Amino acid sequence: MQQPHSRFSVLSNSSLSSADLLSPTGSSRFSLPSAPSINATLGQTRQRPNIYDRNLNKTRSSEVSASAFAFLFSEIVQYTQKRVSGINDLERRLNILGYRVGMRVLELMTWRAESSSKAPKREIRFLPALMSIHTQVWRAVFGRPADAIEKSVENEDEYMIIDNDPLPERHISVPRDMSQLSCSSFTAGIVEAVLDGLGFPARVTAHNTPTQQYPSRTTILIKLEKSVLEREEIVK
Amino acid sequence: MVVFGLWVINKAGGLVYQRNFTDGLAQLTSNEYLVLAGTLHGIHAITSRLSPTGPSSGAQVIEGESFKLTILLTVTGTKFVLLTPLVGTAAESTLQKVYEIYSDTVMKNPFHTPEMPIRIDGFDSRITALLGSGQS
Repeated sequence: MQQPHSRFSVLSNSSLSSADLLSPTGSSRFSLPSAPSINATLGQTRQRPNIYDRNLNKTRSSEVSASAFAFLFSEIVQYTQKRVSGINDLERRLNILGYRVGMRVLELMTWRAESSSKAPKREIRFLPALMSIHTQVWRAVFGRPADAIEKSVENEDEYMIIDNDPLPERHISVPRDMSQLSCSSFTAGIVEAVLDGLGFPARVTAHNTPTQQYPSRTTILIKLEKSVLEREEIVK
Repeated sequence: MVVFGLWVINKAGGLVYQRNFTDGLAQLTSNEYLVLAGTLHGIHAITSRLSPTGPSSGAQVIEGESFKLTILLTVTGTKFVLLTPLVGTAAESTLQKVYEIYSDTVMKNPFHTPEMPIRIDGFDSRITALLGSGQS
């Protein structure tokens, strides 16, 4: 059976089991009707603007509590870990979750950067796109640029983004029996979504590459699809 | 400051972390440490009910002839116990720092099960940075 691409399974209503587990609809635990009642009690004292009416630029420079994010991410990993059969599966799920974040990051960043310009543009060459991921995307998501970009010497379709101290992993110590696991698969998913959205389909994975100085150093490995390299040759 | 040892006791009275930082301490088996921690948990529960003026925090410092035992009780019931010499006053602030490290590296770690023994590299290394290596 031809399986639909894994990352679409959570978006479509396909009958894949992962869709059932990850989809908020169809689960009684997400009590959607209760959400407006919270607003109703608040609304009695102060009228809050609808979230859809709020200016998207209002939150451009606001920051989220790193502790709150650490607890949320910890719960995400625990929740996911209960529903997978192995490390590869766990990394794939984290990648899918990151992909959903990345799609929104790209859209929001493009809107913020280009919406006021008379001639909006987007990157069509790979290297500038990679540079903008390394600086702009990292700054938007983690508050600082990544530490390095490298090109693989062995394979010309492989590029690496290196983060010496990845924010999602700052408080995570992976047990020895799972040392293969890199929770930065979530970050890899973000990168994959941004590259996909820019028209550079690729497979993105995360790998631990610790050094003496940076024990949680992580390499985000980008393996571009062949079509991207072929197109790069043409537009050169 | 000199620190003899650090214990972390969960809210049920179980010892989830124990480490010595000075050579020459009495050698106890892990079972004896568990009994000691459980006994301290009981003593603490009694002392918190002794106050004639309503609820109390329970014992905070227990002093012996040659050592002092400082207890930090968190709002969730976890106890941090620091064994130090009688001189020196930084035990409380050290315990606060230990609590901070615990919150960062243990509670935010998805691979730790609450109330279970702490076997986390990040916790060990940051405790080492705070209190010195000693013996493990």
